[in-house]
Amino acid sequence: MNRGTVTQINGPLVQAHLPGVANGEQVRVGEMQLTGEVIGLEGEFALIQVYESTQMLRPGEEVTPLGYPLSAELGPGLLGGIFDGVQRPLRAIMEQAGEHIPRGLELPALDREQRWEFTPADQLRAGQEIHGGMVLGQVQETEAVQHRILVPPDVKGELLELAGAGNYRLEETIARVRTPLKGIRELSLLQRWPVRRPRPYTRRDDGIAPLLTGQRILDTFFPLLKGGKGAIPGPFGAGKTMLQQQIARWTNADIVIYVGCGERGNELVDILESFPELTDPYSGRSLMERTLLVANTSNMPVVAREASIYLGVTLAEYYRDQGHDVVMLADSTSRWAEALREVAGRLGQMPVEEGYPAYLASRLAAFYERAGRVDTLGGGNGSVTLIGAVSPPGGDFSEPVTNHTKDIIQTFWALSKSLADARHYPSVSWTESFSDAVDAAARWWSEQISPDWLARRTQALDLLARAEELSRIINLVGVEALSPGQRWSVETATLVREALLQQSALDEVDSYCSPQKQFALLDLVMGLYQQGRELIARHVPVSALLELPALARLRRAKNSYGNEQLDAMIQLKEDIRTQLDKLAQEYAEDSP
Amino acid sequence: MKAKEYRCASAARTGLLFLKGVPGVAFGDRVSIRDRHGRKRNGQVILSSRELVMVQVLEGTDDLNLDDTWVRFLDEPFELPLSPDLLGRVFNGIGEPRDERPPIISRLRRNVNGEPVNPVARAYPREFIQTGISAIDGLNSLVRGQKLPIFSGSGLPHNRLVAQIVRQSRLLGEESRFVVVFAAMGLSYADARFFREDFENNGVLGNVAMFINLADDPPIERLILPRTALTAAEYLAFDLDLHVLVILTDMTYYAEALREVATAKGDVPTRKGYPGYLYSDMAEIYERAGRVHKRHGSITMVPVVSMPSDDITHPIPDLTGYITEGQIVLSRELNNQHLYPPVNIPPSLSRLMKDGIGKDDTREDHPRVASQLYAAYAKALEVRNLASIIGRDELPDLDQRYLDFADRFEQRFLAQGPDEDRSVIQTLNIAWELLSLLPGEVLSRVSEADLARYHHWEGGK
Ligand SMILES: Nc1ncnc2c1ncn2[C@@H]1O[C@H](COP(=O)(O)OP(=O)(O)OP(=O)(O)O)[C@@H](O)[C@H]1O
Ligand SMILES: [Mg+2]
Repeated sequence: MNRGTVTQINGPLVQAHLPGVANGEQVRVGEMQLTGEVIGLEGEFALIQVYESTQMLRPGEEVTPLGYPLSAELGPGLLGGIFDGVQRPLRAIMEQAGEHIPRGLELPALDREQRWEFTPADQLRAGQEIHGGMVLGQVQETEAVQHRILVPPDVKGELLELAGAGNYRLEETIARVRTPLKGIRELSLLQRWPVRRPRPYTRRDDGIAPLLTGQRILDTFFPLLKGGKGAIPGPFGAGKTMLQQQIARWTNADIVIYVGCGERGNELVDILESFPELTDPYSGRSLMERTLLVANTSNMPVVAREASIYLGVTLAEYYRDQGHDVVMLADSTSRWAEALREVAGRLGQMPVEEGYPAYLASRLAAFYERAGRVDTLGGGNGSVTLIGAVSPPGGDFSEPVTNHTKDIIQTFWALSKSLADARHYPSVSWTESFSDAVDAAARWWSEQISPDWLARRTQALDLLARAEELSRIINLVGVEALSPGQRWSVETATLVREALLQQSALDEVDSYCSPQKQFALLDLVMGLYQQGRELIARHVPVSALLELPALARLRRAKNSYGNEQLDAMIQLKEDIRTQLDKLAQEYAEDSP
Repeated sequence: MKAKEYRCASAARTGLLFLKGVPGVAFGDRVSIRDRHGRKRNGQVILSSRELVMVQVLEGTDDLNLDDTWVRFLDEPFELPLSPDLLGRVFNGIGEPRDERPPIISRLRRNVNGEPVNPVARAYPREFIQTGISAIDGLNSLVRGQKLPIFSGSGLPHNRLVAQIVRQSRLLGEESRFVVVFAAMGLSYADARFFREDFENNGVLGNVAMFINLADDPPIERLILPRTALTAAEYLAFDLDLHVLVILTDMTYYAEALREVATAKGDVPTRKGYPGYLYSDMAEIYERAGRVHKRHGSITMVPVVSMPSDDITHPIPDLTGYITEGQIVLSRELNNQHLYPPVNIPPSLSRLMKDGIGKDDTREDHPRVASQLYAAYAKALEVRNLASIIGRDELPDLDQRYLDFADRFEQRFLAQGPDEDRSVIQTLNIAWELLSLLPGEVLSRVSEADLARYHHWEGGK
């Protein structure tokens, strides 16, 4: 291999004399054997971004090209794991090196010694033609998740041999294939894929089912589809991370990939410590069995942060290709963009807006484009849903990252500082958020839960909008100026906010709300609103309505009744009706 | 290379020294510079190539000339010698004594930049620290290993608040107090004296290691000072098993020094001229707080950040808020009303509070009481705003109660003396006293059981 030498060190960016190397190639730098990636070429010189600190590196030290691009290791053993942005296994690193991450330590992402119980696919026979994406067999990766071992996308040919059921290490051969161009290929449980290249599929489909998260403001008001793209912008402390963690906990996806990109170490510890103890509401198994973490915290080297997003989405695509619904959460895409900006700056590229390079928008779009529901090469169906947090400087949504992201995604969950300041969580603003997936979601809700869903949702949003206008009037002339009907609208809008939109992640009962309960609550509140209006038309005073005991119960219904207690909510609905009827009667008798 | 002295300066400006013809210098290397008066300066290599080496000079480049500047490359990063004798001492930004006593001698030396902690090795912070201050303990609790900054402004009493936190902080049911690492960047003489005297009067001076860069000391030294101080803190916490409270004041001067050097280097400026890496750079500092598995000690960090023109969206407080685990925001308005501590409640937050309070830590009702106080005060502020437009008398009865609540909340709950050390139970009891001004129906954040037990509604006044 042709080696080269370091000629300049400028922070994480190293220049080396390294003729013949390719853009994107991995290299080892210096005596410390730091890992890096070639990101630019100038004559015989290569520009290298180094994933580790370059402290004490000197010009003149050796650089070795490795001949392959940054690639993810794919195979059983990923789930439950935690990796850094270039897929170094953080648990194994701790076992070997203690609490700090040393430089130049090279450990494989996946454990080579562990044996996995492999069951070959029934219908495959030697002599059969096989192609990329076909299922060779399976491994029960965790109790909750079946890992299908696929023919790598670039392999096609005659199956010569398929291993029988048994326990195999990752690198042991489980199949041999005669390929027309590359001779005989040996396949194992382990494959690699370059992270910056999307994995292929046969066809893209439209999303059909909502990604359920158990959060009312998301599922009921601003739905996202499986295979969709969503963003959560918000100022610091508004609740982006909490919301993403809530989604990671309660979503009805098969696999969750959580990428901590330039954020706090403690937030990952929180997941690592709490998820194993929590049960997945769908499979009944420990949540950690379907979860995988990529962690490049804010104090870890910036360049690996840029790579972490691509690693995450490659892992997501790999499970998608096995026919799973995968959600990848990235916290925060702004830190990824900043890493991009930092490297661009050191390369001397022309900044266009707020220091970001001109290709920011296209890189963002290309990343989100990897979301989708697809027909896999193997003939199945799978999806990758991407949800990115955005951290706009000063909470200003007109800044480049938020702005470009908004153009790309389908569902926008805008977090509001004023809601967060009033401890209204999730602080998703109902005026600034949007979802392009309401129609598709409505089909699902109408079939699965209730035909009234869309109407109820619309009524609730209209009510909130009307109350917002009325509150402007109140601020000018006081509440006395409102008609009884208007007052009722203002009061029930407050009820919508308290009884529906607010949902504390920390509340044991209310942290997860099933779709049935979501609709029951929505229906209760909007039903009350309508019946109340009728009574007001018949001159029942608003104050009498507000004193109904059932109203106080409704306000607390979300955390008094669990997801199984739908009967209690039906009872409440009846109680409300009875109390209202009684009230109507009283006033009918009173009136002359 | 270490022994050799080079005279090869080709340029010197705004804190940067450029050297030609010394190939093979390590990036990050520590440099010793002798100027024409024979005085020593310290530098660090921030770019190294075969042709050119760029050195950042901590004491600045004023008064250097090119011909009589001698440079030695020490072949090592900046390191701090570590020993228990750090406590009770005063140092400059690179750990040299500032107190006329001999330097620390120790075989144990560590690179001041530290190494990133493996997230897997961290232990989640969850032990409640009682600061004795209601605004913090009741609503924005601090836990051991948290980084919780104070966002302040010129003329606001952040020093007094920090001193009170240092004096009063303790763990419930534990005798051991904190040792303190005090890192000052750009501090005025008066403020430095205030802290020194406060520590001395309280007899804690022997438990404090001070790293001081005063307002008239070279600004570039501020870039290395918090790193040096945190290296000391890590040693005290994770080698000596102590609970360490780190005060960093004022991070705004730190960030300004960073901007100064970045501008000189020609880095691409982003908002308000700060370099794009301000976030990552500050994160390297703030993320050194925390707890680590199997280590008894901890680093709790209280940085002071003054908000230029009281603007919380200014890049320094903004990026700090994106890194730290909450913030205590001080309010000029409350301060003008002579209310101490003038904590602006709505934008203040402690993210680690949820795991440090409640049944086994403080009291069972604490999480809900905090949430309810926040919600009620937010509503009360809205009403106060409305009252200022349409007049108090126009308001419905309930709204008038909210107005009373807001006033009493500020005077009874927020306000306290700089020496008043309230137990968290006292704090919670005051909270219920205030919530009892409001009818139970509107208190939807607390449980029915809480209401039955603590709420003493008497139909108002
Ligand atoms: N859904 C929720 N339920 C209850 N509390 C919440 C919720 N969302 C946010 N919070 C509260 O707000 C705090 C801040 O939330 P979070 O850490 O998610 O903010 P963030 O937007 O990710 O901030 P940053 O950008 O600084 O990372 C949490 O620690 C918690 O106290
Ligand atoms: Mg966050």
